[in-house]
Amino acid sequence: MSQSGSAAAAVSLTGIVKRFGGVTANSGATLTVAPGEIHALVGENGAGKSTLMRILAGTLSPDAGAVSVDGRTVTGWSTPEAIKAGVGMVHQHFMLVPTLTVAENVVLGMEPTRGWRIDRTKAITEVAALSARTGLQVDPTALVADLSVGEAQRVEILKTLHRGARILILDEPTAVLSPPEVEELWRVLRTVRASGGTIILITHKLDEVLSVSDTITVMRAGTTVSRFATAGSTASDIARAMVGRDVLLAQDTPAPAPRTVSAASSAPALRITGLTVRSDRGTEAVRDLSCVVYPGEVLGIAGVEGNGQTELLEAIAGLRAVRAGTVHLGTQDITAQTVRDRADAGLSHIPEDRHRRGLILDYSIADNLILGRQHHFATAFGLETARIAAHAEEQVRTFDIRPPMPSLAARALSGGNQQKVVIAREMGRAFTVLLAAQPTRGVDVGAIEFIHAQLRAARDAGKAIVLVSADLQEVLALSDRVAVMYGGRFSTVLPRAEATMEMLGRFMTGATV
Amino acid sequence: MNGIAFLLQTMRIAVPYLLAAGGGVMSERVGVIALGLEGLMLSGAFGAAMGSHFGGNPWIGLLGAIVAGLIVSTVIAVATLRFKADQVVVGVAINLMAVASTRFFLRLVFDSASNSPRLPGFGGEGAMSGLLASFANPVVWLGLLSLPVLHWLLYQTPFGLRARAVGEKPEAAASVGIAVPTLRLSGLLLGGSLAALGGAYLALDQHQFTDGMSAGRGFIALAAVIFGRWEPRRVAIACLLFAAAETMQIQLQGAQFVPSQFVEMIPYVVTIIALAGVVGRSAAPAALGKPE
Amino acid sequence: MTPRLRALAEQLLPLVVALLVAAVVGDVLILTFGEAPRTVFRLLVEGTWGNPYGIGQVLYKTTTLTCTGLAFALAGRAGLFNVGAESQLAMGGFAAGVVGMLLPAGLPGAFALALCVLAAGVGGATVGAIPGALRARFGASEVIVTIMLNFVVLALLNWVISAKLHVPETLHTPPVVAGTVPRLSTLFPALHGSAANGTLVIALAAAVVCWWALFRTRFGFELRAVGLQPDAAEYGGVQVPGVIWQTMALSGALAGLGGMNFVLGYKGYYEEGFAGGAGFLGIAVALVGRNHPLGIVLAAVLFATLSQGGLAVNALVPKQLTDILTAVVILAVATAVPEVRRQLRSAAAQVRQSVAGTTAEKAS
Repeated sequence: MSQSGSAAAAVSLTGIVKRFGGVTANSGATLTVAPGEIHALVGENGAGKSTLMRILAGTLSPDAGAVSVDGRTVTGWSTPEAIKAGVGMVHQHFMLVPTLTVAENVVLGMEPTRGWRIDRTKAITEVAALSARTGLQVDPTALVADLSVGEAQRVEILKTLHRGARILILDEPTAVLSPPEVEELWRVLRTVRASGGTIILITHKLDEVLSVSDTITVMRAGTTVSRFATAGSTASDIARAMVGRDVLLAQDTPAPAPRTVSAASSAPALRITGLTVRSDRGTEAVRDLSCVVYPGEVLGIAGVEGNGQTELLEAIAGLRAVRAGTVHLGTQDITAQTVRDRADAGLSHIPEDRHRRGLILDYSIADNLILGRQHHFATAFGLETARIAAHAEEQVRTFDIRPPMPSLAARALSGGNQQKVVIAREMGRAFTVLLAAQPTRGVDVGAIEFIHAQLRAARDAGKAIVLVSADLQEVLALSDRVAVMYGGRFSTVLPRAEATMEMLGRFMTGATV
Repeated sequence: MNGIAFLLQTMRIAVPYLLAAGGGVMSERVGVIALGLEGLMLSGAFGAAMGSHFGGNPWIGLLGAIVAGLIVSTVIAVATLRFKADQVVVGVAINLMAVASTRFFLRLVFDSASNSPRLPGFGGEGAMSGLLASFANPVVWLGLLSLPVLHWLLYQTPFGLRARAVGEKPEAAASVGIAVPTLRLSGLLLGGSLAALGGAYLALDQHQFTDGMSAGRGFIALAAVIFGRWEPRRVAIACLLFAAAETMQIQLQGAQFVPSQFVEMIPYVVTIIALAGVVGRSAAPAALGKPE
Repeated sequence: MTPRLRALAEQLLPLVVALLVAAVVGDVLILTFGEAPRTVFRLLVEGTWGNPYGIGQVLYKTTTLTCTGLAFALAGRAGLFNVGAESQLAMGGFAAGVVGMLLPAGLPGAFALALCVLAAGVGGATVGAIPGALRARFGASEVIVTIMLNFVVLALLNWVISAKLHVPETLHTPPVVAGTVPRLSTLFPALHGSAANGTLVIALAAAVVCWWALFRTRFGFELRAVGLQPDAAEYGGVQVPGVIWQTMALSGALAGLGGMNFVLGYKGYYEEGFAGGAGFLGIAVALVGRNHPLGIVLAAVLFATLSQGGLAVNALVPKQLTDILTAVVILAVATAVPEVRRQLRSAAAQVRQSVAGTTAEKAS
């Protein structure tokens, strides 16, 4: 590991330790950033990147270690101190107040005043000027609640720059952007760098790292493990450092043996016709979408997050109202059925957020293993506790859930084992169609392999699987056919053999055939 | 019935509502549920009685009310902000506490189970002249001005902008260096003082403290806050409407067109209806009731 | 500390803290009145648990508080605040009283009683179902609706009694002719004179049924799921809106049952204002009883003792002393619960930390 922290470093973090309750987020992380560079901080989900940067930005205080900025020791400083010293962070979840205007959000905390009142005119002029100077186009008088995700991000960056940030931290800024918006963002960042700013970019996407950064620091399991100059590094160097061993990148993975399924040889397990679904904000998230999935195949859905994947799966699962169209499971029309009836009809669902939907964290493993099927474990005289316990014992053994204590609360398990509980429940029973949303998000490498093996085994056993993943490599590694979702529609559906990352990337921007 | 008399009496009845609802708006806008308004009013009334009685002057009574309001809101703040206790439970406890402790101290200080001795108040007495004289009462003016001033504070000043940000999305406010707990504390203290002044008006207007004299007005004020969608100007209108209904009931007492109980229900019923339909959840500050 | 022990500490520690704080506040208040705390507390115990009449009165108050405590707890388990137990209690008592009044006198006692129990339950459930339905259908805050509804229902009952139903010169209905609940003193003559009655048995049975329903039935499984994580419950096939209004109705029914205690067991008629804050005290009971039926029965005994004890000490200090202590206990428990949980969890995390550290070393 490089330890070249010179006095001239813009940022230097050494030996940072941070714990949250039982979870260690950082264990001795060290980072040095030179002034005027774009520095990529990369690592898998849960590697501790965001925590480390929140410590730098003053949102969190480290349990051990030292932080210095421009050669000055500032360990444990507060957000206002960080802002004053020119360190600003653009959070992954936007820190904007939806009921205030763009200008109000930008000046919040340092409002220009005239007497006791806020000088609104001045605020708007200032924001408009900054907007023009940086190329971050947005209407200062608009309500933040009315902005698109991309616009909201621009407001976030404006807000940080308005506070005089010279060291700008961006946490996964591209997760919500389409490729053209990403290009636009890179242009802004290069402008900032050209005017003397330093940028730290948190990401787990290797292509971004290679295209925009000057230097790379890799984090794994809470600590920093390597530092590279971008020039001369390859994707596989970085990937190896990220996971701690040689990995087969998806480009190198052989495509799964193509499965020859045709409408003639078998009836579809899942058929969606003209489906239209609204988002929480009332916009059309899924527009007139039709597709079929056959038994024994994996349909992978790629796409930038927020293009309707979540709403699509929720609608199929019965968690979101369908505005138009139908969903058939086999020959049965399930469009108007309850969640419970769909499950009984053979639909399984691994939800994208196990902490919110997939598990009841304060319920025991045993109780979580019957969630959604509680009516099969109850009589008129109450729950069948003995059967529930026996069922749990068996599932815990089959799916290797650790620690193997069915009475333990799900909250006490690691992310990987929590996901195994969900997988055990959804795949350890009779089903014909499985919806798998982000099945490996936030789980460790060992669990990822286990989950991938389970999904492949289910496919080989003739199940139909719809896989949604933000990870293109995962989609390519598991799917028989790949669909790309853009703006609520499939912009393409390809056999796996014909799909390449480059091609998918193009469709993700909305290109059509 | 005399229109002017009606208007005057409505305003007079509205004063405690306007003050307490102002307190409610302030508290809820920084994200703390204002279930304790009733207790704050009662404590304020008692504080005013203490101050006025021992200071011999209603102005000291107002000071006493503010002190009582500050003490009670500090308890609320410590429980909900420092310890993150559930705001609904704390509100209920504060109301129980206010009823019990004002009775306890009524006996301790004034050696009575029901009321304080006659207190120095503002203005004179008498029937119709009293009605007009009440406009010589500075608390009336405080009441009439409280919500317009609050509107100005919330929408024109940096404090207001920050308060709204804190009640809507505290993590966003914190990310730009706003001290969320401090801001919430100041909102609670300001709100608590206002509600206590609402109570002070009752004690000083009636020239004595009587047991349980807030008589549910804190809840009517809370209803006004919700019915007015947490916006000071609308809340003021809600307070005036509720007060007008009450005035009507008083003036029509002899006539008995509608049983008085049904008039009493008006604020509550319209608030329930508003909650079910017109207002909805979206109008409430998003972070209301959530500890940071 | 084992997880089980930690869970127990998480339940009990806040109570210990709260009782200590209450004791200190009590001492201070008694001293301000120029009395000796020890004398006052002894009088409090003697006036409650020191004689059969006192015990009977405590049991009488325990009955209503158990019902309103269960009402708040059941809703609480589903993540709902039922602040309306006060009016549900009143409506339950009113319904039981009216049915008892209208039934023919010759009806067999058990049958008449069953009808009255049903009436009390339905009366409370009706009032509880309204905020439940508004919440389920429109997302209206049940906290506010239940509070507002308290005023509406009490005003409505006030109007019915004063305009239509009262015995002249009083604020109560004509007496019940069938369905009265026998006093406990018919079984235990020592309790003679106290108001304790058979409703206590109904309240205790309600506690047992609540425990069974919450922890041993599918409905309870789903109800608690809604309370912990509504999104996960929905994903698990639970009809969340249905559970919400049903829970509020059941919660109202439990509070309504408490109305029998006064109306059928004590006075034999519905009287204006009999609830007297027992609905709000149910919040204290549920809080101190940690939303668990067994804990609620014990907490009801505690608060009943405080309430009866206030009367016992009234000669020395105002009886509101015990009301203040009740409020202090609520505040202290509400404050201590999250704090104790935080402290214990972070302590446990540190232990897990060091354990994980050592096992990791062994593994590598």
